[in-house]
Amino acid sequence: MRDESQAPVLRELALRVNGVEHALTVDTRVSLLDLLREHLDLTGAKKGCDHGQCGACTVLIDGRRANACLALAVAHYGAEIVTVEGLAENGELHPLQRAFIELDAFQCGYCTPGQLCSAIGMLRELEAGHPSAVTTDGARLSPQEIRERMSGNLCRCGAYANLVPAILGSGS
Amino acid sequence: MRPFEYERAGDAAEAVGLVSRRRGARFLGGGTNLVDLMRLGVETPELLVDVTRLPFDRVEETGDGGLTIGAGVRNSDLAAHPLVRERYPAVSSALLHGASGQLRNLATTGGNLLQRTRCAYFQDVTKPCNKREPGSGCPAREGEHRNLAVLGWSEHCVATHPSDLAVALAAFDATVRVEGPAGARSIPLVDLHRLPGDEPHCDTVLEPDELVVSVELPPLPLAAGSRYVKVRERASFAFALVSLAAALEVRDGVVADVRLALGGVAHRPWRAFRAEESLRGEPATAESFGRAADAELEPARPLRDNGYKLPLARTLIVRTLGELAESA
Amino acid sequence: MSVLAERAVGRPLDRVEGEAKATGEALYAFEHPLDRPAYGALVQSTIASGEIRALDASDALRVQGVLAMVSHGNAPRLQAEGELAVLQSPRVCYRGQIVAAVVADTLEAAREAAQLVRVEYAEESPDVVLRDDHPKLYRPEKVNPAFETDTAQGDLDAGLSAAEHVVDAVYETPAFHNNAMEPHATIAVWADGRLTLYDSTQGASSAGRTIAGVFGLDPEHVRVVSPHVGGGFGSKGTPRQHAVVAVIAAMTTGRAVKLAVTRQQMFALTGYRTPTIQRVRLGADGDGRLLAIAHDVVEQTSTVQEFAEQTAVVTRMMYAAPNRRTTHRLVPLNVPTPSWMRAPGECPGMFALESAIDELSVACGIDPIELRARNDPEVDPENGRRFSSRNLVECLRTGAERFGWADRDPAPATRRDGRWLCGTGVAASTYPVYRRPCRALARREADGSYLVRVAAADIGTGARTALTQIAADTLGVPPGDVRVELGDSAFPAAPVAGGSAGTASWGTAVVKACRLLRDGDGETEESVDTRAEIEAAEQLSRHAFGAQFVEVRVDLETGEIRVPRVLGVFAAGTIVNPKTARSQLIGGMTMGLGMALLEESILDRRFGDYLNRDLAGYHLPTYADLDEIDAIWVEEDDPDLNPIGSKGIGEIGIVGTAAAVANAVYHATGRRHRRLPITPAAVLAG
Repeated sequence: MRDESQAPVLRELALRVNGVEHALTVDTRVSLLDLLREHLDLTGAKKGCDHGQCGACTVLIDGRRANACLALAVAHYGAEIVTVEGLAENGELHPLQRAFIELDAFQCGYCTPGQLCSAIGMLRELEAGHPSAVTTDGARLSPQEIRERMSGNLCRCGAYANLVPAILGSGS
Repeated sequence: MRPFEYERAGDAAEAVGLVSRRRGARFLGGGTNLVDLMRLGVETPELLVDVTRLPFDRVEETGDGGLTIGAGVRNSDLAAHPLVRERYPAVSSALLHGASGQLRNLATTGGNLLQRTRCAYFQDVTKPCNKREPGSGCPAREGEHRNLAVLGWSEHCVATHPSDLAVALAAFDATVRVEGPAGARSIPLVDLHRLPGDEPHCDTVLEPDELVVSVELPPLPLAAGSRYVKVRERASFAFALVSLAAALEVRDGVVADVRLALGGVAHRPWRAFRAEESLRGEPATAESFGRAADAELEPARPLRDNGYKLPLARTLIVRTLGELAESA
Repeated sequence: MSVLAERAVGRPLDRVEGEAKATGEALYAFEHPLDRPAYGALVQSTIASGEIRALDASDALRVQGVLAMVSHGNAPRLQAEGELAVLQSPRVCYRGQIVAAVVADTLEAAREAAQLVRVEYAEESPDVVLRDDHPKLYRPEKVNPAFETDTAQGDLDAGLSAAEHVVDAVYETPAFHNNAMEPHATIAVWADGRLTLYDSTQGASSAGRTIAGVFGLDPEHVRVVSPHVGGGFGSKGTPRQHAVVAVIAAMTTGRAVKLAVTRQQMFALTGYRTPTIQRVRLGADGDGRLLAIAHDVVEQTSTVQEFAEQTAVVTRMMYAAPNRRTTHRLVPLNVPTPSWMRAPGECPGMFALESAIDELSVACGIDPIELRARNDPEVDPENGRRFSSRNLVECLRTGAERFGWADRDPAPATRRDGRWLCGTGVAASTYPVYRRPCRALARREADGSYLVRVAAADIGTGARTALTQIAADTLGVPPGDVRVELGDSAFPAAPVAGGSAGTASWGTAVVKACRLLRDGDGETEESVDTRAEIEAAEQLSRHAFGAQFVEVRVDLETGEIRVPRVLGVFAAGTIVNPKTARSQLIGGMTMGLGMALLEESILDRRFGDYLNRDLAGYHLPTYADLDEIDAIWVEEDDPDLNPIGSKGIGEIGIVGTAAAVANAVYHATGRRHRRLPITPAAVLAG
């Protein structure tokens, strides 16, 4: 029989978030998303479904976009994490952040941090020549490619019509 | 989620040892399905053995023109790999038709193959499910099953296997290399996943302490023109209603060789052996393709609400083969 | 004050909180920083009907870090009825009802412990399936919020039998879930007899009053803070059960308690749109003039409290006809209580009515735009009142021109492009113009800037930005000189963000306060209440109108549908901010596309809950489902609305869209889909 009262398992964890080293002890069950939100006071990455189905938690792990809700924090020791809070540099908004504001690429804003991190990761993938399900010959930035590649980021407000040009404009 | 221990294995043997010594231990890859199921209470491991840093993260050529894919290769990297795109475009395409960009960056090749059904009853621990709790019953058969199996199901389970990748690999005669306490073995991919029968809790023929270390794709020249097509309810980021991996070689208007596998129709990726058999040596025409599809779907037993999958599967087979014949 | 200052209203200002949202600084309910919070997790019933016999929390309480378990056995007695009477009785009325909650030091411990609470039930056979011949069908006294349940004018049967063309069809919509991206969350802080809630709510004032009532607290001692809300679409319009649980947990443990509903739990606990079965009968003469309109609706409610969606109400004012009738019938089932979802009533009702109008246009051989124009009423057909403005026909004509309707061959199933059958469809849209009493405060700061406070909510509508523009124009200053603060029940009381009435209601109060400040004799602060003038407003028929045009491509052999083009044209008075307005209208239409093609909450007929209770099973539209989509509007100067001249735009976008899609699918394929969503399986079934 399993002992139902067993204590949480704690592990040491070191990782960098937005350029800042963190060394802490975490419950093995803590997701990277909850680590950011509940332990590091970085609430930019959002919890929309906690199951990898909405993309609101998307952050960059070692430069690649990933769902922080399905990533166990302990499994990402030594990782370099960038969240929406780390996109601006020296007080200057990232061009994508500016484009989102100017083109009204959000309404409630809850999916926005995930959209931004996902778009940055997506543009890197495109730059590296990664294909998508709609790529026929070469992978080039286009509305159709953006729509396919960004489909892991849901927006219930329905801001897609503005997200596509915002990403298109700042990515080209 | 129950508390669990977490270990990082230095090599495959250590990983296998850690898992085989502990009941309720599981290998952890990208976690995109395992962590999901742990949060639902479907999976309750006591120990996770992280295998993501083992040296199984490469795609390598075999001497004969095939490829060996490390089990830890992320879905996105596999889909983007130039040799995969060149030699087995349906493998790349299948991956790109599955999940989302950010999930593909986490998910591994091995984990993709071992992901579990999305049947809603399986995912809800407050309801019966023979796969989750053997003997508890299968409410899906009489309940909600519009996206469940039409082929190979049993009275105990009507689940479908959700992987897109596995469908393409099944079509191309891939084999899976596993390491276990008793050593290594290779399993043809088409034999990796089981039909539910009366043991639907066993998705595959693997023992819990067997670790997938690689997938081997044999040389298959006709796969260079292969395609993967998928019909789903949402235009992207949704599981297949029906999907198809197909490769065709036509010589002088006659089918010289063909590979077909269906997804979304059964408890395992469904290699369409009957269709293939009926096609070899036949004229590469819509009529032949239709007869092949009918041969494959003949044993299908649709449930109350999923009969639409049969005309859909037939359409995908006939159309895709037609397109391949035209472009050949 | 400069008379030359460019007016802010009508300009496409960026969202004033845009930078906060784009940098992650904007705080949503669960995110307010606290010292050593505790976490709550809910335990839900696993039966749909019956009683809790025993509840064993011993394993849960042994989990390290667990502080308390609350259930009906130990929760404080509440002054609440219906859904908010949480943990008050062993009675279980639907599957997924809250039967207990656990509070712990960590989120992980709370969630684990919640799974370990064991509940024994005396189960009764549940009744969960809506049918139009259900023996428990009844006639509610009113429909949401206070409309007559049934109406009748003239002689319907006579009208139908005199008609040359008759449409008599049943349309069905499934249950839909709002599924805002931010799951409902509450932080409850209970200290010194005062309660502070950080809550995801569409109405801080009403949430505070409601919670105060439930706990018998002085409303002055309850504060609700909600500066940013991650969407609501109606589901955050009233406090939900979890908020009550969070307060109980905070009172029980003395800790600040954070409680978020999981996405799965949202399918039982945070409202949804009722499924509907709607019979529409239309009778028209040879020229397509309607002689009779009937709309009879069957829908569900729970056994916990009544919610009667006003699905047929829209049919009372939409088209002229001498003989008319509307009815609503409910079945109380062992299901969660339905609630508001974007355009409750109009949205499902117009799917049926506008599909039926399209069927009538086919039957009469009259273009659907022309048919609607012929039946456009001079005055509100139900009550004879004057329309403050009614520009439906202008929307239809403008859209027709922009969309390229003139060349349309009405013959169905005749346009093919490869594997696709192509078609276009149109539907009309409408939404009432409401306005509610509101208070506001305007203050001139020492530095010459202005502060406006109103307990409004910005759930993504752009309210903060629109009110900034309205205040700036009233004060005659640039918008940069105005700071609007909202989302706090400590601010002047405001109505909920609902009924597309936010800008009109809050804006009227803001204008009034700013005018007083502008025209006063040096006072630095003015507080106002608009109740008297709103209650004195003339009784007119006030509605926004619109038309959606949709192009579809249908593959009959795979069942796939693609939507390459959507255009909405609206007449909604003054558009305060064209940038945010366009976003909102397109957003509504996007949700309408989801309703048409993707969304459906699938009832488990055996167990009684919604099965596809996550975002992999419940398909919201994503990027790839959209292509070209736009919203425009016609000039409309309506002096009979409010000082701003605006009509609400939050809901009208969704109204009509699903019908336009279904009508386009008919045009493409010749097949009429009267049940939503039109999935590949539905197309393949023919």
